[in-house]
Amino acid sequence: MSTVLVVLEHDRGSLADASLEALTAGRGLAGQLGVGMAAVALGGSAAMAGVAGSYGAATIHVVDHEFLADYGPEAWGESLAQLVQFLQPAAVIATGTDRGNEVMAQAAARLDLPMVANVLEARPSSMAGSLWALTRVRWGGSLLESTSLTSATPMLTFSHHAVIAEPIAAPGLAGVETFVPSLDAAHARTNVRDRVERPAGVTLATARIIVSGGRGVGSAENFAPLTELATTVGGVVGCSRAVTNNGWRPHSDQVGQTGTRVAPDLYIACGISGAIQHWVGAMASKKVLAINTDPEANMVTKADYAVIGDLHKVVPAVTAEILRRRG
Amino acid sequence: MRTAVCVKRVPAPGARINISADGQSIDTTHLAFTTSPHEECAVEEALRLTEKHGGDVTVFTLGAGAADEQLRYGLSLGAQHAVLLPTDGTDWDPQRTAAALADAIREREARDGQFDLILFGNESADSGGFQVGIRVANALGRACVNGIKGIDIADGIATARRESDVGLEVYELAMPAVLGVKEGINLPRYPTLKGRLSSKKADVDVVTPAGVAGGQIALRLLPAAEQVSETVILGHGPDAAPAIVDLLEELGLLS
Ligand SMILES: Cc1cc2nc3c(=O)[nH]c(=O)nc-3n(C[C@H](O)[C@H](O)[C@H](O)COP(=O)(O)OP(=O)(O)OC[C@H]3O[C@@H](n4cnc5c(N)ncnc54)[C@H](O)[C@@H]3O)c2cc1C
Ligand SMILES: Nc1ncnc2c1ncn2[C@@H]1O[C@H](COP(=O)(O)O)[C@@H](O)[C@H]1O
Repeated sequence: MSTVLVVLEHDRGSLADASLEALTAGRGLAGQLGVGMAAVALGGSAAMAGVAGSYGAATIHVVDHEFLADYGPEAWGESLAQLVQFLQPAAVIATGTDRGNEVMAQAAARLDLPMVANVLEARPSSMAGSLWALTRVRWGGSLLESTSLTSATPMLTFSHHAVIAEPIAAPGLAGVETFVPSLDAAHARTNVRDRVERPAGVTLATARIIVSGGRGVGSAENFAPLTELATTVGGVVGCSRAVTNNGWRPHSDQVGQTGTRVAPDLYIACGISGAIQHWVGAMASKKVLAINTDPEANMVTKADYAVIGDLHKVVPAVTAEILRRRG
Repeated sequence: MRTAVCVKRVPAPGARINISADGQSIDTTHLAFTTSPHEECAVEEALRLTEKHGGDVTVFTLGAGAADEQLRYGLSLGAQHAVLLPTDGTDWDPQRTAAALADAIREREARDGQFDLILFGNESADSGGFQVGIRVANALGRACVNGIKGIDIADGIATARRESDVGLEVYELAMPAVLGVKEGINLPRYPTLKGRLSSKKADVDVVTPAGVAGGQIALRLLPAAEQVSETVILGHGPDAAPAIVDLLEELGLLS
């Protein structure tokens, strides 16, 4: 029987949370099609059978080869392509992370099949000439697209964070099948050669508060009060692209479509107009506070809270008030 | 060293994206056009590598005839050659786009010699398919890694760095190779006046693309669901500071 094949993402054996989203999405699709679900661990191990089973996979294909010991887009993509040829699954699913999109595109290119990135919804189509009806995101999430797909083997990545991972009520252990792909050294030419660890600490991705500045801040030096507020509340500084383009802050601080997507408890947007490409990076924040001189600014109308005024006066006043209350 | 960069012309929307009446495209009546920041950085990286190691830069684009503007922008920054693959302006699917670009690159290479490095953006700003560069690399049989935020060239090897959750991953690709780059790899320059003027008169080669449609057909665009919230105005100017700190306390952020 044909199955929905779900690609597990992991780094040298440690499973990424994104995999659980893919398993959940894959299970939904398998249910629609009335088929089973299998997981594939490229270079992974039988130890992943437990998780795969608890999300509803009946089988886990452990793809085993010395060239898969560490990540490599071509070795992983080629192995996935070979497994797809062998299994002829009803669909292939991954989560739309850097690696998920990359491995799926590598496999699809090798199979000369279409690949659709960042899908929100997939169902078999009733339309003539189309086999699948999909909804996917464009513009980093600010626009949706309804797409028809004519492939008999849809290769899809689901938009990261769009699926809420959910295990099944009565989990079983997935049966382990080993698949040995035929790889040569050339497939390993893009394997990871080395790693540099980043010092641990609060980052844009993990901070509870982000004090973010835009063009309205005016200069690199003028970020000092924002940094002071961020430090006072244990948060970090973020910024808009206008700021990175001016060289006031490093790109690692940039929030948005081509920067980091953030989800803090509170996002404080100081002197940021709220262009759609900035907003898509900030909209997952639990609450947004805009500080802007312009009451009509898009950031102000989209925010939960706003203060109308000059950020250069408001931000230091907030730090002073916190320190005053702390005594 | 010869480098190619593939860029895509896209509209630059501001506060919101308006969809045209037929639902097929973005209403661009009042919009300027640009290339994705990732691709701007790819052009900048190509120019820097060329300044360091010699050689030349060729920019390619597939799109409406007006995409000539994005090619000339590349020329104004210092690229030597530009190739336009004109379409009727509709968005081609990723398989078809990649096949056409691969053909045009092959044709150029047969005439002028191999590109040591072909740079793409990590993903296009509008359709975001995350695949055209990978498909082109595959068609040309070349090594490819996406998501690159640092490139060094030495002894025919491109050392490329990419960010992960915990740090950096380092890749080493023997050239010729293909890399997809992300914004942040560098800070792109602006064109000089002289560059602008000379780019207006420069030659842009036109190669008519063929290519069979792939399996993915965009039917229509839809607005993204938005949570609309009533904005609570906490106050005006620095007098609002106590109200902001009250909010921080309420959200449990000051403990
Ligand atoms: C494909 C693409 C991708 C992009 N990706 C990103 C991205 O990842 N991140 C991103 O940020 N942008 C991105 N952009 C750029 C985006 O479109 C905007 O140009 C950018 O976000 C504007 O930055 P800003 O809000 O800081 O500047 P502006 O739009 O100039 O806004 C400045 C704001 O500051 C306010 N202000 C001025 N002075 C003061 C003061 N003293 N006190 C308080 N308020 C003041 C003004 O009222 C205004 O609202 C992208 C664009 C494209 C085309
Ligand atoms: N029409 C096009 N013309 C030239 N390059 C393109 C085109 N479409 C995509 N690309 C390149 O391929 C990359 C990935 O695109 P995509 O697969 O659409 O996300 C982009 O960042 C561009 O560098």
